[in-house]
Amino acid sequence: MSRSSRSMEWTPLLFSGGLAFFLFALFAVIPFGDTAMKVGTMIHQQGGELGAANLVTAVVLGYRGLDTLGELAILFAAATSAGLVLSNTRQRTRSIKNKGLGELFESAISLLMPLLLLVGVYIVLHGHLTPGGGFQGGVVIAVALFLPTLARGEMVINHHLIQWIEGGAGALFILIGVAALIQGAAFLQPLMAAGEVGRFLSAGTLPVLYLLVGLKVGAELAALLGHLVEDDEPGVQQ
Amino acid sequence: MLAAILYVGAVSLLVIGLAGMLLSSHLFRMLLGLVIAEAGANLLLVLAGYRWESAAPIWESGAYPQLMVDPVPQAMVLTAIVIGVGIQALAIALLVRIRQQTGSLQRDIVREQLEQDLDLELGVKLPSSMHAPSGEGPLLSGTRGAGNEQ
Repeated sequence: MSRSSRSMEWTPLLFSGGLAFFLFALFAVIPFGDTAMKVGTMIHQQGGELGAANLVTAVVLGYRGLDTLGELAILFAAATSAGLVLSNTRQRTRSIKNKGLGELFESAISLLMPLLLLVGVYIVLHGHLTPGGGFQGGVVIAVALFLPTLARGEMVINHHLIQWIEGGAGALFILIGVAALIQGAAFLQPLMAAGEVGRFLSAGTLPVLYLLVGLKVGAELAALLGHLVEDDEPGVQQ
Repeated sequence: MLAAILYVGAVSLLVIGLAGMLLSSHLFRMLLGLVIAEAGANLLLVLAGYRWESAAPIWESGAYPQLMVDPVPQAMVLTAIVIGVGIQALAIALLVRIRQQTGSLQRDIVREQLEQDLDLELGVKLPSSMHAPSGEGPLLSGTRGAGNEQ
């Protein structure tokens, strides 16, 4: 154990110090307080050509739609591999150790869950108008679906339904992108008329895409949390 | 002045997280270091696109604001946060499995167990003192695994 422990202790510190110096040196080159990026000003000058009142949404789904697809792929890969790592190979009991938190929590959560779902769906559907969108609303939906698991120790929806939801949402997302290709535009380019900026029905396909993102993120995170709760038994050696 | 404080804070968060990842001997604390480093990186990105005395990039009363915050880094950070959640969940899942397999999350204990398993798998003799009796002696089971009682 004492082979090289003394020198081992100093190398990470040296590494972090060097990295900090590197970062500070990088920032010393850029004039302080200057806007380092010119893409944002370009998007600002283009104005609402996509019809999204929230310019962040226009960037996420319009200008960088392919990146968002890649991000969804990463999230899908992470959720799937987490489920794979945690899946019970020895027996399919799927037991949840938590046997409920009691009357008070159960009632409170039954009261909260529909409201949380409503807020989540609202945030998802207004992603092109207000701050928020598919990712944020999807997380709220996932929490709403996960709360009953915490309170009563049972899953509200089974994994098959969740898998169908996330698979369908991902496939539809790609299909909308392919539809743009068929019409002669670039992959995932927003279709349909932009409409009047600020109205609920505007920005073409962006709200549809964000709804699909919300469904996918919500389903994936709910499945992840469910996996983490289900495999709670400690110390069972194979 | 405030900008300087914020930048220094973001970079410090990044460095603190990295130092935590590299210096701690507990796997869960390394994961916490990763979370802190991610927070620092995200803060740095948002700060890079922030402009003082400007508004959020959202259509308001008939027009986009004249001076507005750069929306591109915000979109990138949105992406980064979601990916971070996925990575953390995967790491937690792996930690749960490691804990179940080795009974510990201490880095050196886990490493020792892994090395032992690898040696057994490959049929390599465990490293020992040159004075130790060679062959499959009873010492093999006694020397290793002594650190499990932590």
